[in-house]
Amino acid sequence: MNKKKIYSTWFLAPAMLIFLIFFIIPMITSLFFSMTVWDFKNFTFVGLDNFKMFFSERSLNIGIKNTLIYAVLTSGLKVILAFLIAVFLSSAIRTKNIIRSIVFFPNLVSTIAIGITFTAFMHPSKGIFNKVIEFFGGTGIDWLGNINLALFSVIATDVWKGVSIATVIYVAGIASIDKTFYEAASIDGASGWQRLKSITIPLCRPAMNSVIILSFIGGMRSFDLIWAMTGGGPGFATDVMASIVYKQYAAGFYGLSTAGNVIMFVLIAVLAFPLQKFLLSKEVD
Amino acid sequence: MKKRKRLLLLGDIIGMVSAIVIFVFPFLFMFINSLKDRREANLLSMALPKEFLWENYKKVFEANNYIVLTAFKNSFLLTVLSVLGLIIVCSMAGYVLQRRKDRTMSIVNFVIMTGLMIPPAILPTIWVMQGLHVYRTLFGMVMVEIALQIPFDVMLYRGFIGTIPVELEEAGYIDGCKRASLFGKIIFPLLKPVTATVIILNAVGIFNDFTNPLYFLPGSKNATVQLTLYNFMGQYSNSYNLLFADVILITVPMLIVFIIFNKRIVDGMVAGSVKG
Repeated sequence: MNKKKIYSTWFLAPAMLIFLIFFIIPMITSLFFSMTVWDFKNFTFVGLDNFKMFFSERSLNIGIKNTLIYAVLTSGLKVILAFLIAVFLSSAIRTKNIIRSIVFFPNLVSTIAIGITFTAFMHPSKGIFNKVIEFFGGTGIDWLGNINLALFSVIATDVWKGVSIATVIYVAGIASIDKTFYEAASIDGASGWQRLKSITIPLCRPAMNSVIILSFIGGMRSFDLIWAMTGGGPGFATDVMASIVYKQYAAGFYGLSTAGNVIMFVLIAVLAFPLQKFLLSKEVD
Repeated sequence: MKKRKRLLLLGDIIGMVSAIVIFVFPFLFMFINSLKDRREANLLSMALPKEFLWENYKKVFEANNYIVLTAFKNSFLLTVLSVLGLIIVCSMAGYVLQRRKDRTMSIVNFVIMTGLMIPPAILPTIWVMQGLHVYRTLFGMVMVEIALQIPFDVMLYRGFIGTIPVELEEAGYIDGCKRASLFGKIIFPLLKPVTATVIILNAVGIFNDFTNPLYFLPGSKNATVQLTLYNFMGQYSNSYNLLFADVILITVPMLIVFIIFNKRIVDGMVAGSVKG
């Protein structure tokens, strides 16, 4: 039968049309507008000035550094913590389904709501975290007000919210491992640690790769949690690329904002694509 | 064997306790504080309220001329329309992309898949929307939400259609079934499981979306629940009770969805992300 005739290209048309107009065209034109000063109606071409400004101005280039720290730490912590939780949940304990549901729920709650709640927990004088620390005799910490700490406090909250989806992916990965491997190993007298190291970890590689890629890209793009918790402050201590793009937009510097957006594309393209290639090549072995 | 049982019981206890402390506690905190009076709530403590003030919720509804109701209406409309649109366009696209393997299709595929990684170019999108006169409109917002979810949903549909045997369509074709009804009557009904996944994932994602409405749907008439919550944060920074009441109101729909579809959501998310 004639494939072209049955599977008409017209079926693709609506999706392609929407995707082209609202994603691809903006993406391509952004390359041009990032080299202009514009206000949606008129533009003046300024060459690479926006990018030069981005890299020389401290309040702007700090975003690149923070985005990288944010992406690497959130994905790293999620990869490790979620793996431990998943191994625990894959054991024979009876409450694992309840625990899995409990761990999963934060994933469905709006990021802004979580931001508000954790900002309350991290309140320097009244927050519960500091109350607990003081109860044990320590001195309270200014979680979100300290320039050196604020970014890490937000990262911890992000991990709290995001560890669930990573856990669920791992649980599925571990469940798909053939049980006979474990039986053979226990007949050979392998210890729990050996089974974990030689069976579970290598065989849930695909799940691990999904977790790494998903949380890395999510980390590179993240905006709402940071915006709800610190608004990029104190100073620019927690500004990431996405929050700078918004700030420049709100301030009316549309060219600069678009340049920030393009830098985000480039960062993701030069980091995430090779990372994915690398992880997939490992998977085949 | 007895030692092993005891170890498992210990695991149960430790697991439950830490899950409750780490993951349930924050939600309990929101709920308790949403029922306190202002002074009490601003202490941000975990103590039970002296008096349960359910009227905090009424106050939240009445605030700013019932903006919360407008926001709920907008958010529901946005969610329902976007999800419906996504189901239609993505199932059709995924179908053709899976069944036809030629050069055009692999180019289309490549273009769509870039959207899985690359974030949207925000200001040029506003520029395009202004050019089409859909900026600040619900229609424009729906289109943007659809465009941003197309890569992921097409991938889900394409993957699932790959598991449906082609023979069904061949039989239909020989019997003289038209192209449109071949898809509508034979294929689409078979896509129920993946459609359920698409509905749940996108409904949760779009309902909770803050960033895109912030850029593409400004203005109080267009407020969505997440934007209202964000604005409350500025307005009620001194009345945590009302702030948390709003948080709870917004969380409740998700809680209901979660209780009904718990297993489905988890399975759907796994299917989606592992294939990606």
